[in-house]
Amino acid sequence: MSVATLGYGDLPALLGRLTGDEKHSPSAHSTLDVLWVLYDRVLRVSPAFADDPARDRFLLSKGHGPMAYYAVLAAKGFIPVDELDRFGDFDSRLGYHPDHVLIPGVEISSGSLGHGLGLGVGMVLGLRALGLTQPRVVVLVGDAELDEASNHEAIHFAGARGLGALTAVVIDNHSRSYPLERGLGGLFEVAGWDVREVSGRDHAALQSALTATSRRRPSCVVAAVEPAR
Amino acid sequence: MTETMRDRFARVATDLLDSDPRLAIVVAEISAKLFGAAAARHPDRVINVGIREELMIAVAGGMALTGLRPIAHSYAPFLVERPFEQLKLDLGHQAVGAVLVSIGGSYDATFEGRTHQSPGDVALLDSLRGWTICVPGHPDEAETHLRAAAAADGRVYIRLSTQQNRAPHPVVPGRFLVMQRGSRAAVVAAGPMLDAVLEATHGLDVTVLYATTIRPFDAATLRETVVEPEVVLVEPYLAGTSSSEVARVLIDRRHRVLALGVTDTELRRYGTPADHERAHALDAAGIRSRIERFIGLPQPARLATAI
Repeated sequence: MSVATLGYGDLPALLGRLTGDEKHSPSAHSTLDVLWVLYDRVLRVSPAFADDPARDRFLLSKGHGPMAYYAVLAAKGFIPVDELDRFGDFDSRLGYHPDHVLIPGVEISSGSLGHGLGLGVGMVLGLRALGLTQPRVVVLVGDAELDEASNHEAIHFAGARGLGALTAVVIDNHSRSYPLERGLGGLFEVAGWDVREVSGRDHAALQSALTATSRRRPSCVVAAVEPAR
Repeated sequence: MTETMRDRFARVATDLLDSDPRLAIVVAEISAKLFGAAAARHPDRVINVGIREELMIAVAGGMALTGLRPIAHSYAPFLVERPFEQLKLDLGHQAVGAVLVSIGGSYDATFEGRTHQSPGDVALLDSLRGWTICVPGHPDEAETHLRAAAAADGRVYIRLSTQQNRAPHPVVPGRFLVMQRGSRAAVVAAGPMLDAVLEATHGLDVTVLYATTIRPFDAATLRETVVEPEVVLVEPYLAGTSSSEVARVLIDRRHRVLALGVTDTELRRYGTPADHERAHALDAAGIRSRIERFIGLPQPARLATAI
């Protein structure tokens, strides 16, 4: 059975089903445009080959506020749209943090900050050991999440090993309490990553930044959005 | 010089890498040199992440998510305690398997002090549930458990130590070995505690069970062999780690438990492992006197005159 997929314009309605709120502007969801561009234009993923070892992997490290993620997964046919109405119910597969054991197309269970990049590094190494050099591993992190030291273990190791299949997308909604001397990109640059800084609302710029990877160095895309309120 | 459990682990794991394309080794500098030959042959499956233990476990989790079977290895405190949330989330919550192989145990590193000692590792892992926990008492037994763990799919912890018994025993993963049968009590000796327990129970009318798999706890063998419902646990890690297992096994019988193990986790002493064994009364004399008291035997006269 084929599942009809929906478009970007359908996302506000899908978000509304999750929150019970009629009006939803994309700007209320810091990750929405990045997720849409990834699933619509960048990642080689589909419900039709969700278990294909050669698929790309998307890891939502910042597991908080997964409504935008669920809306995009529903739009792309990974989960039935009707299921959005039961967000957080006892017998729902959709919790306030995503669980990959429950939800088709979700690659990792997240919620506690600072786990996605390390798991992503392991996935890149695992895929390489299996002889799968094509799949990309894209990890979405939040700017404040980068406070967690576990990220820095992963960032420096991935840079030193030149893990070109790895991409980190940093959603910068200025939610961190302490400024960074060299900016968010600087954290990655000093570790040997390629860094691109774009608007997290500009689909064309996001697509370009997320597609242009060197394959010799890991890449970081800093996607700036409106400051968190 | 005899081969340690650690040496055996490195040798057997290196062999297993050759024969099983699913296996991978992940280390954080510690023992990296031991896997030098393996890394030369399998550079994509022997990963040294540097001194980054959280990443070591996260990498194991990520590799497992792609279908590999990772073996992560370090000193027990840096394998279990430091990256504990990674064990919980990057392995357990992701529902993937891995093998953890630790060295150092509770007090192998007597000169190094508390930072390198991990008497709480088994209890900590047990709090996550679902881990198979192996405590071999000899390099041969370590090999038996490693081969079984490598071929399995679940989450397995193998606790290696420089403390070991003089001879190996024909252990079967998952089962306690019946070393002797008696009626007054059943004494469960975990891994490297066996020799001291056999010496301590010499001439006593007690059952001695040898546990090299401590989780799952072999309830069937304990139930089959216990006569008087009196159980003595002798474990080379935190005292009482398996008490709740005995309570579960004997829930339908009024019973007593004597739980021996590491007591003072902040001993702040150096010396040798034998010194630490004595400090925790885990030497044969300390074990025997406490078993005799527990089952109600009169204490030896030499103790009375010594006081």
